[in-house]
Amino acid sequence: MGEPHAYGGASAPASDWGDDRMTEITREMLLDLHQRMVRIRIFEEEAGRLSEAGRIPGALHLYVGEEAVAAGVMAHLEAADQITSTHRGHGHLVAKGGDLRQMYAELFGREAGYCKGKGGSMHIADLDLGMLGANGIVGGGPPIAVGAAFSNKYRKTQNVSCCFFGDGASNEGTFHEAANIAALYRLPIVFVCENNGFGEFTRQDRHQAIQDVADRAGSYGMPGVIVDGMDVTAVYEAAGEAIARARRGEGPTLLECKTYRFFDHVGVRGMGMVYRTDDEVLQWKRRDPIATFEERLQEMGILAADQAAAIHERVLFEVREAIAFAENSPPPDPSVLLEDVYTLAAGGGR
Amino acid sequence: MTAPESAARRLPYVMAVNEAITQLMREDPAVFLAGEDVALYGSVFGISRNLLAEFGPERVVDTPIAEAGIMGLGIGAAATGLRPIIDIMFMDFMTVCMDQLVNQAAKMKYMFGGKARLPLTIHTMAGGGRSMAAQHSQSLEAWFCHVPGLKVVMPSGAYEAKGLMVAAVRDDNPVIVVNQKALLGASAPVPEDLYEIPLGVANIVRPGSNFTIVALGAMVPEALKAAETLAEDGLDVEVIDPRTLQPFDTGTVVASVRKTHRALVAHEAVRFGGLGAEIAAQIQEEAFDHLDAPVGRVGAPFSPVPFSPVLESHYVPTAETIVTEVRRLLGRQA
Ligand SMILES: Cc1ncc(C[n+]2csc(CCOP(=O)(O)OP(=O)(O)O)c2C)c(N)n1
Ligand SMILES: [Mg+2]
Repeated sequence: MGEPHAYGGASAPASDWGDDRMTEITREMLLDLHQRMVRIRIFEEEAGRLSEAGRIPGALHLYVGEEAVAAGVMAHLEAADQITSTHRGHGHLVAKGGDLRQMYAELFGREAGYCKGKGGSMHIADLDLGMLGANGIVGGGPPIAVGAAFSNKYRKTQNVSCCFFGDGASNEGTFHEAANIAALYRLPIVFVCENNGFGEFTRQDRHQAIQDVADRAGSYGMPGVIVDGMDVTAVYEAAGEAIARARRGEGPTLLECKTYRFFDHVGVRGMGMVYRTDDEVLQWKRRDPIATFEERLQEMGILAADQAAAIHERVLFEVREAIAFAENSPPPDPSVLLEDVYTLAAGGGR
Repeated sequence: MTAPESAARRLPYVMAVNEAITQLMREDPAVFLAGEDVALYGSVFGISRNLLAEFGPERVVDTPIAEAGIMGLGIGAAATGLRPIIDIMFMDFMTVCMDQLVNQAAKMKYMFGGKARLPLTIHTMAGGGRSMAAQHSQSLEAWFCHVPGLKVVMPSGAYEAKGLMVAAVRDDNPVIVVNQKALLGASAPVPEDLYEIPLGVANIVRPGSNFTIVALGAMVPEALKAAETLAEDGLDVEVIDPRTLQPFDTGTVVASVRKTHRALVAHEAVRFGGLGAEIAAQIQEEAFDHLDAPVGRVGAPFSPVPFSPVLESHYVPTAETIVTEVRRLLGRQA
């Protein structure tokens, strides 16, 4: 195994993925990025623990290892900017400011959950926050994000949509159709590819003949940018440019973030997998987006080790409180089973 | 043709599917398997475990996540002399390849004046009960039964799973094998040799004299449980497993109803527009004068499959749902 970011053959060295312009980012924003990542990490670790203990039903696809992507992109978005997510969607909603209580209540399948317990992990959504849903269908999101971008342009808002999708999803026809439409209409959208090197258990070099999903951008007439997805400031910078471009009406960008999931496709096991070596996992873990960022913040004198620990502790407290709320909240009443299938009141959308 | 009681060897459903594919691939070099994570990982459900080791990557093919492409790969390969098995991981994902399946595979033979031959098997996994929510739990078999040119089988246990898989692969038409997650762990006697359950032939799983339950797939074991309970009401229930949904064995069902005079159809799919509607219509067309009660239907309520276990337990029909509906039907009859 060569560089840890190489999913098959050779790949660009990390330094090519964007220069270090961290000093241009304000201190407040650096702390904001850190906080977003820590919230995702702890949310996911606790969710995984509950799932393993059989307390959360269904399957969880956890985002641990990929936090820098959601944090770096979402730091540029306001509630009216939309995102579409994936089966691995908790991190996106946490980073977009999702309410942890409602999130956990949804994972537990409770009435107080974001989707009243009807959707669960794979369909978690907050339309008020512009989060148009996690998605159980790989490739389900891109066309919807294009629709939101079309709507933003049509309604002349300054809003953008960001479409998160995996390396695996970049092989679905829906992605290609969406990319073409977005570029053709110069829609305000950023396609954020979370290239974690695998689609389920299949390594990237066994599911596509290219190393960089960003290569596909050019064929649709949009720029393709590659960024180190383990470096939150690199993601922040690159996403900032792509989002600003979209807001200026200059059309879509494909932003490929090279990242890695520390856990298995489903659940929390990380090591001892048939489809990847422990050595590879350890190499990537050395580039843990949170630990490496904390080292840098410490060197810069922005966040001391004990301050970072205090943040972790505070977030853990908040997460545990949300879990207690969720687990003690009632399940939905069976009488709601047939509700929400249709919108009942007639109306012209106003 | 039912599972011989004497067959000593019991096999879990998932291994019965695995064994069928293995033996079919040994038998015919034109048979290959393609799908997402079927090779190196042996499929997320385990249906293709060990196949890569025995047959190699030319015949056990990991594909990109591209259902329309994979389906088309199967169609093109079938039209040119191979006998593909295409795995679409969850039945919900069949929606992604509907053009290839419905407009291309189903119609190719007819549109080409009979010149094409498509020995194509599509294997997929349906059904709920695992808190997998609205996009990983659907039972869409009725859609495919509605399309001339497609055949559809839905096994009810390990024995049927192997025998129907063999018949599907040996058939020269596109056949969709609808397996259900809820059944994967269930064991039954399964012969070791390569046997076939002929397509289009129903099985009377439990003979009875005064009520007929036609049950699809995972509803067969539920119907058998319901029959035990209903025996306490003095009912002698006959349970029929159609095994193949398209073509449908109307004859066996109608003959049963002529004897029992009452019938109910049970499936996990949404009741409205489900296969129960078709079967009930066929029964009244062919045995109207023999009916002593309306033909009942048990199916899921008209909503997507909910995530919460509390809601899902009210969604997926069970033996209890069947018993309640049979009693309601007979109450109405009085
Ligand atoms: C249409 C469809 N096909 C297959 C699946 C099964 N599936 C769920 S996640 C996944 C892998 C997705 O890979 P990628 O897009 O790279 O996202 P990652 O899991 O790596 O975050 C697959 C194949 C699905 N949910 N939907
Ligand atoms: Mg991936």
